Amino acid sequence: MYLIGFLICFPLIMALLLYLIKNDHVRKYFVYAACGVIIAASVLFAVRQIIGGANGTYLRNTHLIDLLMSGVELVLFGVIVYYSIRYRKYYVVFIAAVQEFLLLWMEFFGPEIAHPTAHIYSDRLTLIMCLIIGIVGCLICIYATGYMKDYHNHHKDFKNRKPFFFSMLFVFLGAMYGLVCSNNLTWIYFFWEITSLCSFLLIGYNKTEEAIKNSFRALWMNLLGGLAFAIAIVYCRLVYQIDGLQELVLMGAKGVLVIIPVILLAFAGLTKSAQLPFSGWLLGAMVAPTPTSALLHSATMVKAGVYLLLRLSPALAGNLAGTMVTSIGGFTFFATSLLAIAQTDGKKVLAYSTVSNLGLITACAGVGIHEAVWAGILLMIFHAVSKSLMFLSVGAVENCTGSRNIEDMHGLIVKLPKLAFVMIVGIAGMFLAPFGMLISKWAALKAFVDSKSILMVVFLVYGSASTLFYWTKWLGKIIAVVHNSEKKKDITKRSEWTSLLSQAVIMIILCVTFPIISAHLIEPLLSEMFHDTIPVIISKGNVFIMAMMLCMIAILPIVARLLTHTRRQKVVLSYMGGANTGDDRNFVNSFEQETKMYLAGWYMEDYFGEKRLWRPSLIGATAALVILMIIAIGGAV
Amino acid sequence: MWIRIVWTILFLILGPFAGGLLAGIDRKITARLQGRRGPSVWQPFYDLLKLFRKQAVIVNSIQDFLICGFFIFIVFTGALFFWGGDLLLVFFSLTLAGIFFMMSACSANSPFSAMGAQRELMQTMAYEPMVLLAAIGFYVCNGSFAVSDIAQAHLPAVLYLPGVFLGFLYILTIKFRKSPFDISTSHHAHQEMVKGITTELSGPILALVELAHWYENVFLLGVIALFFVASSWWTWILAVVMCIVCYFFEILIDNTFARVKWQEMLKTAWSVTLVAGAVNIMIVILIL
Amino acid sequence: MPKMAKSPWLLHYDGSSCNGCDIEVLACLTPVYDIERFGIINTGNPKHADILLITGGINEQNKPVVEQIYSQMPKPKVVVAVGICACNGGIFKECYNILGGVDKVLPVDIYVPGCAARPEAIMDGVLKAVELLDKKQNEAMAKERRENHAG
Repeated sequence: MYLIGFLICFPLIMALLLYLIKNDHVRKYFVYAACGVIIAASVLFAVRQIIGGANGTYLRNTHLIDLLMSGVELVLFGVIVYYSIRYRKYYVVFIAAVQEFLLLWMEFFGPEIAHPTAHIYSDRLTLIMCLIIGIVGCLICIYATGYMKDYHNHHKDFKNRKPFFFSMLFVFLGAMYGLVCSNNLTWIYFFWEITSLCSFLLIGYNKTEEAIKNSFRALWMNLLGGLAFAIAIVYCRLVYQIDGLQELVLMGAKGVLVIIPVILLAFAGLTKSAQLPFSGWLLGAMVAPTPTSALLHSATMVKAGVYLLLRLSPALAGNLAGTMVTSIGGFTFFATSLLAIAQTDGKKVLAYSTVSNLGLITACAGVGIHEAVWAGILLMIFHAVSKSLMFLSVGAVENCTGSRNIEDMHGLIVKLPKLAFVMIVGIAGMFLAPFGMLISKWAALKAFVDSKSILMVVFLVYGSASTLFYWTKWLGKIIAVVHNSEKKKDITKRSEWTSLLSQAVIMIILCVTFPIISAHLIEPLLSEMFHDTIPVIISKGNVFIMAMMLCMIAILPIVARLLTHTRRQKVVLSYMGGANTGDDRNFVNSFEQETKMYLAGWYMEDYFGEKRLWRPSLIGATAALVILMIIAIGGAV
Repeated sequence: MWIRIVWTILFLILGPFAGGLLAGIDRKITARLQGRRGPSVWQPFYDLLKLFRKQAVIVNSIQDFLICGFFIFIVFTGALFFWGGDLLLVFFSLTLAGIFFMMSACSANSPFSAMGAQRELMQTMAYEPMVLLAAIGFYVCNGSFAVSDIAQAHLPAVLYLPGVFLGFLYILTIKFRKSPFDISTSHHAHQEMVKGITTELSGPILALVELAHWYENVFLLGVIALFFVASSWWTWILAVVMCIVCYFFEILIDNTFARVKWQEMLKTAWSVTLVAGAVNIMIVILIL
Repeated sequence: MPKMAKSPWLLHYDGSSCNGCDIEVLACLTPVYDIERFGIINTGNPKHADILLITGGINEQNKPVVEQIYSQMPKPKVVVAVGICACNGGIFKECYNILGGVDKVLPVDIYVPGCAARPEAIMDGVLKAVELLDKKQNEAMAKERRENHAG
């Protein structure tokens, strides 16, 4: 219990401290120390939880803390109002005001609940989330110490607000811990709003026009979700006399009609996890410095959305709310993976891929059967690590080469071999066979077939084909070995390397140990969630085969050595009709002049570009969302 | 258990022979269709042995390494299939092998092989949905992804999955690298992209690629056979006959169609997948 | 071990030919002559080829190209000069830009004369070249063995 309290409060205290420290050097050590403590506390928490076994419920009566929260919430509201008026975005004030009013009214004049729920609840999902937030989140913070220095060297025109930046990162971590440990809906909502506000402030860090625009987009979309959340809380308290998430899910799983709050919460989850039609905010979040994007995309923010959906999933099984969540998720997976094909900006590809993967997790949560949730949780774990790894390595490459365009990463394996290697691990983890994501995709496919949702199957098979396209294209760019290219100076800082390498190692360890994670964490969790014994999801034989594939990749260098062992090997130029001029980079053109060769990847703007696909996907998703919500809520009323 | 091991070993040993012989017959039939005498049916073996004896000229050493990955994973894919393993895992391993192949072409940094690799990638994107749907189709019919279970069904799967079978036959043209979909590399003298994805490979390394393609072709015909086999003995004969018929059909298509652009390939392959494959599976889910 | 001669792959390079010989080379692929019955394939890629078949003479512009293509072919390899221009420059021999026949830049193994060379002659030349492949391979291997002994 005290550990949970520590996990929530410590980052917040650190945030305050970091805000006050103005010296770069001192701040750096503070960040290291804080991250070390948080990681250690998260791991300790996980170990104690696993050994102790039992789930914990704490804090039944918390009047004082509730009052404090209401106070903080008012302050948050004040901040939103201040920024909205300053930048003349009055609609934001409106949305925020409505939910603030609802919540305060409920707090002070709402009906007393006969059996107040435990405010803090922790089970294995909490534990998994804590590990993700703690380890991945802190590694991103460590990375940020080195990155921000170079960032401000590159961008002299932005105001240096590093103290603010780091304190926001830690507020974010604290809020996430609060979110995943809470059970009381009002508490979850409180932390939910903090993360929305934090992401707003972090996205707008540069204060450029674009940054402000995108940060407000993030704010209003997330506040809309928050509004749905607030209505759900009010509805639960008034109609069902409950205020806990677990209780709500339990009622839903037992077949009691709780579809209205469930669908409202699911809506909130969809906005936060940036599903279509709300994907715009996450794509816009790229304007912020890389650690922000990494944090939003991997360990925090969007994970809060899918966390809520996964928690809700027993209550989503087989009803219209579930259908809504699954359809939106599946469609998002498909549409955004097509959109990612046409992107040349590395961070934008990553952003689309995040939305796409979250779509898959969302779809899994919506199906609501144990196989699907198993896949969803594994996807979430693997995605957090590999996506953060990808973002951070793109950021490092950008600092070294001045560009994050995929086309400029041509031949990275020669120019920046170490970073290229880390990137290859990240990409392989995102979609290749024996590695993490694919296993979960496999289970998801099985779950969709078992739940007879053929539409989902279609989305998944087409979506994974296009996913394959954009990742392989990127991989091919990195791996091109260009003659006579000079090694670039790798200015990646030690802190950045620590973060990148630890994540690459974690990625590989996860790939090797996923059966253990599944057996000790996810399967017991599922049997609690569904009150059922869980059948074997991936058989021993198949795990063995996957292990064999991993081994084969590991021993590949040796085998390759044996298979191509010939003494008569000769290195020649690549074939360009015999017209190379001494290396693979130039050729003689028809005017007898030397021309530089340029190999471009296929982006096919005309077929998969945003101009062509974005609007139809928005319209389609909005229509599906609105229609399904109306049917579901109308049917329930 | 023993039978499974025997099947795997048979594949590993006889696979290249069958694949090479098929390639030889293919060349003979193609020649005859064009009014030529054509080479001996053993010609592919002569080619392979020659390639193994030649010097290897390489652009860089990463290339060989990746080609070895391609070869090993293709063999693994086939072996896993004939062992009776999980069909989805088999197809994932096939994709992994394909990625190794494309990466090898990309690493060469040569205009023709890079173009070939991009086109190959497009081909992969075009056929991947149908391949996965075929696996799902088998699962829907038999309740299992294991090849060993599917081969023991009461009735041949094709009775439930005629659409999936046709869809698979359609993308098989892409997988066999036959015209109209031989856009990444070709056995014919399409010289606007030289040899596409294999341009920068030579000697023993090219021989490995050829060998891998033979294994792959045998494996793909195995998937075709899987549509026809069931528990009764005569279905096995039917399966063999159908494999031969399908192979001949692909040769015929190869010789009667001109190459198409990638747009055509992607559109038609995805539409066929949706119309034949997905609709078929939907119907099966509804009636079973 | 079957001979290399059973599978000769060919690369056809058009130097400064008048295209007469090239038409005849392509005629060899047609059903009438069907060069593939000997296992010969026109690869169009030096890295796959065993035989470099050149028509037309060598000029200043294509000299480096021919040299580069030849260097990209894996050993053992043979060069066939088809047509009188490829043999010694032919009718263009005295032109300001022509260096002469292929043997000015590459070691030519087989000369096929004619203007234009007839398909039968070309096939004959190619098949003669094919026999050289085995000889070269054996020589190379013998040399290697000798070197190993010495080493």
